[in-house]
Amino acid sequence: MQQIFNFIFKNSYRLLFLLLLIIGLTLTIQAHSFHKSKVISSANFLTGGVYATLNDIDEYFSLRSRNEALAVENARLKSLLFNQIDTVTLSKTDTIPGVKKVDVLVSKVIHNNYNSTENYLTINSGSNQGIQTDMGVINDLGIVGIVEKVSPRYATVLSVLNVKSRINAKFKKSNHFGSIEWNGKNTGFVQLIDVPRLASSVRKGDTVVTGAQSRIFPENINIGTVHKIYIDNKTNYYTIDVKLFNDMTNLGHVYIIKDHEREELLQLEKETKENE
Amino acid sequence: MSSAVFINIARFILLLLLQVAVFNKMDFLGYINPFPYILFILLYPVNGNKYGLLLSSFLLGIIMDMFCNSGGVHATAAITLAALRPTFFKFSFGVSYEYQTIKLIGKITPERFSFIAISVLSHHFVLFLLEAFRLSFFIQVILRTLFSTLFTILLCILLIYLFKPSRR
Repeated sequence: MQQIFNFIFKNSYRLLFLLLLIIGLTLTIQAHSFHKSKVISSANFLTGGVYATLNDIDEYFSLRSRNEALAVENARLKSLLFNQIDTVTLSKTDTIPGVKKVDVLVSKVIHNNYNSTENYLTINSGSNQGIQTDMGVINDLGIVGIVEKVSPRYATVLSVLNVKSRINAKFKKSNHFGSIEWNGKNTGFVQLIDVPRLASSVRKGDTVVTGAQSRIFPENINIGTVHKIYIDNKTNYYTIDVKLFNDMTNLGHVYIIKDHEREELLQLEKETKENE
Repeated sequence: MSSAVFINIARFILLLLLQVAVFNKMDFLGYINPFPYILFILLYPVNGNKYGLLLSSFLLGIIMDMFCNSGGVHATAAITLAALRPTFFKFSFGVSYEYQTIKLIGKITPERFSFIAISVLSHHFVLFLLEAFRLSFFIQVILRTLFSTLFTILLCILLIYLFKPSRR
């Protein structure tokens, strides 16, 4: 016993270093390997508060461009409203509260990161406002990311510019679908992979939108346009560079999509798998 | 003694705030960001408590990780630097550095510069390697390390001159 204590006492500096190193490496490996397993995140009282304060100051420098962007979006929505000739395709609005299919919540990006390979955003609404993990985040131009961790007042968002992110996507003109990924290089482009070569009609400039398979985003939300097409000779798939509509380095207000049918669907899918 | 503790606590908070508010927002060409917050570890008293250094650099790194959403990357890099610091002192100032009084604050001599350079380089290499965590990004890691190191060294020297206690 004496010897054990002596050993610990003699090597206490090394043991402390090893302990801290193991903690640090464990946190790192956890953050890299498992989805939504991050112990340390900026969705907390301290960092969220600091980012909110900093953003209050930052915001004043971009008020003019934000206002212009909002005016442009309003004009686009108004033109959609005025030009609606065909009343047959109008979707009925349910007036009873609580039965709407999709709710849209508004929030603001208070911290934006885009210079590493795994990027996260911090937004200033959390579980108090009804935000939950795995909700889609978009803005007027296109998709932004998926909610990852939620605290009472803040939440972190897995940006599309993250090598871990995978989003179901398809072409607007056909229904060929694939997955949106990011190769960690250019902040203006993401990669659409796993598109079968049968979809031979892909041209430069085609619009890529979100697909119907994901329950995170509604169908037909803009992502970007086809920029460059690579053909892999070994597999029968295309890899396509997609130029994002969104400037991910300049984000202000975002919308969070709350799908009321999502839980029901996931539950159903889970039960189906269990019964197999 | 207590004034040294206060100076270190003040430096800890000030550098952290500066890093989060100013330096994290700088990125030239997409992958050059400076991390002058490690100046806290470099300027920690040479003969100060080494357990204190290890624990405070871990805390510094963990808080940076919270702000950057990066898992434990900064914490690991910071304690690596804290543990390697005596070796770098030996490398730059000679074997008997403990008996001399080393002051990093002051005129930039070749010894001081080499100490700052090797510390920043090793810290950044560990940091970017753990951040990428894939060998396919190795060339990117090397490039980021080199450019960011230059930027950080420049800022460190500027900060040292800026906060130099004035002597008349």
